[in-house]
Amino acid sequence: MSKGNLTRRGVLKTGAVAGAGLALPTYLSAQESGFTNAPTGSTVTLGFNVPQSGPYADEGADELRAYELAVEHLNGEGDGGMLQTFSSKALQGNGILGKKVEFVTGDTQTKSDAARASAKSMIEKDGAIMITGGSSSGVAVAVQALCQEAGIIFMAGLTHANDTTGKDKRANGFRHFFNSYMSGAALAPILAAQYGADRKAYHLTADYNWGYTTEEAVRSSTEALGWETVGTVLTPLTQTDFSSYITPVLQSDADVLVLNHYGGNMVNSLTNAVQFGLRERQVNGKQFEIVVPLYSELMARGAGSNIAGILGSQNWDWKLENQLGAKYTGTNAFVKSFGEKYGFPPSQAAHTCYVQTLLYADAVERAGSFQPCAVVEALEGFEFDGLGSGPTLYRAEDHQCFKDVVVVRGKENPENEFDLVEIVEVTPVEQVTYAPDHPQFAGGALGSCNNGA
Amino acid sequence: MFGLDKKDASLLLIVAVLVAFAPFLLNPFPEGSAMAQFNAGYPDLMQRFVIFGIFAIGFNILFGLTGYLSFGHAAFLGVGSYAAVWMFKLLSMNVIPAIILAVITAGVFALIIGYVSLRRSGIYFSILTLAFAQMSFALAYSVLTPITGGETGLQLALDDPRILDGANQTNNIPVPGFFGMEMRDSTDLVLGNWIFTFNVGYYFAAIIMLISFYVSIRIFRSPFGMMLRAVKSNQQRLNYTGLNPRPYTLAAFVISGMYAGLAGGLMASMDPLAGAERMFWTASGEVVLMTILGGVGTLIGPVLGAGMIKYMENIISKINADILHSWFAFLPDGLEDLVVTMIYPFIGKGWHLTLGIVFMLVVIFLPGGLVQGGQKLAGLFGRKKAEDTKTATTEPAE
Amino acid sequence: MDAIILQILNGLDKGSAYALIALGLTLIFGTLGVVNFAHGALFMIGAFCAVTLSRVLSLSHKVEVPGETDFLGNPMMRDVPYAYEIFGESLGAGIIDWAVPLSILFAIPVMILIGVIMERGLIKHFYKRPHADQILVTFGLAIVLQEIIKYFYGANPIPTPAPSAFVGSFDFGALVGFDPGTIIYPYWRLVYFAFAAVIIGAVFAFLQFTTFGMVVRAGMADRETVGLLGINIDKRFTIMFGLAAAVAGLAGVMYTPINSPNYHMGMDFLVLSFVVVVVGGMGSLPGAVLAGFLLGILESFASMREVIAIIPGINQVIIYLVAIIILLTRPRGLMGRKGVMED
Repeated sequence: MSKGNLTRRGVLKTGAVAGAGLALPTYLSAQESGFTNAPTGSTVTLGFNVPQSGPYADEGADELRAYELAVEHLNGEGDGGMLQTFSSKALQGNGILGKKVEFVTGDTQTKSDAARASAKSMIEKDGAIMITGGSSSGVAVAVQALCQEAGIIFMAGLTHANDTTGKDKRANGFRHFFNSYMSGAALAPILAAQYGADRKAYHLTADYNWGYTTEEAVRSSTEALGWETVGTVLTPLTQTDFSSYITPVLQSDADVLVLNHYGGNMVNSLTNAVQFGLRERQVNGKQFEIVVPLYSELMARGAGSNIAGILGSQNWDWKLENQLGAKYTGTNAFVKSFGEKYGFPPSQAAHTCYVQTLLYADAVERAGSFQPCAVVEALEGFEFDGLGSGPTLYRAEDHQCFKDVVVVRGKENPENEFDLVEIVEVTPVEQVTYAPDHPQFAGGALGSCNNGA
Repeated sequence: MFGLDKKDASLLLIVAVLVAFAPFLLNPFPEGSAMAQFNAGYPDLMQRFVIFGIFAIGFNILFGLTGYLSFGHAAFLGVGSYAAVWMFKLLSMNVIPAIILAVITAGVFALIIGYVSLRRSGIYFSILTLAFAQMSFALAYSVLTPITGGETGLQLALDDPRILDGANQTNNIPVPGFFGMEMRDSTDLVLGNWIFTFNVGYYFAAIIMLISFYVSIRIFRSPFGMMLRAVKSNQQRLNYTGLNPRPYTLAAFVISGMYAGLAGGLMASMDPLAGAERMFWTASGEVVLMTILGGVGTLIGPVLGAGMIKYMENIISKINADILHSWFAFLPDGLEDLVVTMIYPFIGKGWHLTLGIVFMLVVIFLPGGLVQGGQKLAGLFGRKKAEDTKTATTEPAE
Repeated sequence: MDAIILQILNGLDKGSAYALIALGLTLIFGTLGVVNFAHGALFMIGAFCAVTLSRVLSLSHKVEVPGETDFLGNPMMRDVPYAYEIFGESLGAGIIDWAVPLSILFAIPVMILIGVIMERGLIKHFYKRPHADQILVTFGLAIVLQEIIKYFYGANPIPTPAPSAFVGSFDFGALVGFDPGTIIYPYWRLVYFAFAAVIIGAVFAFLQFTTFGMVVRAGMADRETVGLLGINIDKRFTIMFGLAAAVAGLAGVMYTPINSPNYHMGMDFLVLSFVVVVVGGMGSLPGAVLAGFLLGILESFASMREVIAIIPGINQVIIYLVAIIILLTRPRGLMGRKGVMED
């Protein structure tokens, strides 16, 4: 497989007059077409900005696999994956607008500075027309703002905080992944059904933006159904041993522990909670329960047997179509091509990244142009189906996707390390939809789309 | 020239020429060639080179001259960026007030932290500065979220007041500029297969870097610098002569803190976002590594070290398996795969491994850092050149 | 009351980890005068000794399960560990279950070997170099070690459970008259505490009561004189380095059931352990242990809701705040010796 080096500059080389000493204003190609990094040759470059070092490196690796698969399918290689099931038929498998898709990769290190440096080099050096990826909200928000400024489309990867499409939303940024509010809204009815409406919850919350929004979402949704919140404690990001946060739970009269933690924080806090026997505990004649609002397959793997029986929410699961039928069509097509290429089923991060790439390509095809404002227009209010999550809407007001949310539980006896969760129920999209001006998303404005220089 | 002796003046001149022609020097490979991956002459990376150069020059004034190893210098850089972004939000998108406030704020922080920390020396001093920086990071990431933006960082918004700039006409967030010149503006020069980019932000930062470098040379050569070296070589003897070293070290600490603040302010000017990770201990560690890697106590070393680390971080990390395959496509299939498999662990996601190996190799074989490497290299090219390079370095303070 | 007892237990438990790592660090830092940024990596490698052994023990081969298919429609394969076939199913399962304690035997020689190689091959040449060079070389080494582990084991945490005999909690409260279930503590954490106490005791006894220890202590005080007496102090320092590596490694092995190990766990502990060593005072082993337990207990109390309510964010900064206060009131930490690492 050849990557080639036909970047913006490479294209410039062929297009521009190769006259010595000729100083040209920057974004030469932009001046002709009116937007940053307009592809002029026979190829178009996408930038895949994922964590490749640091604690989320494995998640980043899975995202990258999905991106490579998406590029293959867009270029008409492989079995086409979700292109066959996607409700929009604009994509032909001949690249995007007839241009072969190429890509560059970078390392976000899960730090906003490094992520922006990497994204900038993709824009300035490699001439990327779209940036996508990431596995934390801090990075997503930072790169989204950068893309807005540079006049590039940003298709967010895994980012769950309300802020990404709330107070920090941007016109050039789009999120397919669900968010904290949706997690709360999806989980609450199922928690009430499974554990009863008369419960006392104790929250341990990661002490940063994502933690705050998740705690707020779960609290307000569960309290609306009759639960009482008896305590909330913020835990430092750098905490590794959570024992001193777990033991006070033993003294409280709480009968549910909600762990608003992600990544390594969640693996450790859950492991510690199970060590202290919370799973076997009885309070006021009720079985003590632990809830983790958002967990990924990789986190489940890190937590091992401790995840058994823990309820949480997910954006998507690879078993959806098999277990819940044809509404989730696309799932099996994607799982098949991913599984055949890599030998194991894809994670929800891989799914969202794959879908985002397809959605971008499709929007360009439908708009007939790579121009960011045209793409934004094509994506805003776009309704589609066949990408694994059932009928979905890309809402124009905040660039958030609205679709069903999967509620999962850790399996008691998993058969292998890729089959750690089981689907409990799917909360339909109506229950997780909120008004664009919902207080949890207050502040911030999309602004207008930016075509760049 | 400028009150410098001949050696220093020519060093400054060399640096100035290198900086001015960096867009050419860093883009040695023609576009479209396999080696173009190694080109570093794009605006963002060039800006980072000079900004981290300023940071390391400042750090070297403290560590190189006095020997006090601060492990919390990133805190000043972070504070500087926050101050600058707040200036952009409240006052104006002009970078001048932002940078001035960044330097002042960092200076005040350095005064407070330095006053407390300099009561101890050696490792105890290092841990005190580390503790202050880690506290700044932890609080900025969590409790101080309303001021710092927390995890998502402090950003500009459409509805910021920006009282000097007047009402925002467009529906887009304005970008930082210097009296109308936007920091992100660039001009391309096409020469055959080569494209060279000249960026306003880069040259702005580069001029500030040259000024900082000049100031640092003056400090190194001044009686004040001599006093700092005395602190390093024997503090006790200094005490016996009836001199109190504290005011001198504190001054050095504050100056180097202000350099860090300047770097932070410039970072925010090039890219108006400030995140708490800038203050994490690994960021403080990075500037320590930059300085040691380049050569402690030398004038130019820290800049070289900064360039080296930033180059690895931004260039090596972007090479992926596909690019490797395209490089070695001329080899027979089996051999190609073998070569790619052997190189693959060191590039892309393995760039940290390469960085670690480079650290070890440099410190094992070049005890004086990269500067010594330059001297050795120059030594190979005969005597005359060797003399030239000697002017490019100064005697380490040890 | 019960809350306070529990937090003291938590503090002792965290303190054991801090103290063990700081102990090894002080042996190198305070005695050999080497700033070892790779010490956290040694802790991490110890933890991965446990991961490796449990993987080796549960090495398995695939057996087809008739009548079932996997997600791609291929025949379902099930893993059957070789241990089941060699030792029989129940004994095999028992051995796999006890992988973590068994790893102690595996880790001791491995860690001593790594420590000795590190000292002979690298650190030895840096005794006379400035601390700055030591920082750069050991930091580089730490990154290399970390990346090697990441290459083979990935970045995700790897669950490494304790033997099932130690799963569950011990009810202290019931023993002394509290309501059952109020003061409980997990067995494995108690094991960790006891283990730490034994190791710390053993290291002290070794240095205090053996001739070898006496020579090393003399070497710490005045290396040159000891050398002039015709004693080969270099060789003993090599052994000390191996010992320090083993202590860090064992701390890592036993820590794996408490938190799933990952490749950067060493870096997470590195800064903290430096703070512990310095707060304890340079060159003082008792100081390092004392500081470890002190900071562990204070950290635990600072994470209580009642405390956070009074001072928001105190749980974020407590360790550093305490370090600053101690270093400003006691110039050389709790029990530091004059002149060690002060310039």
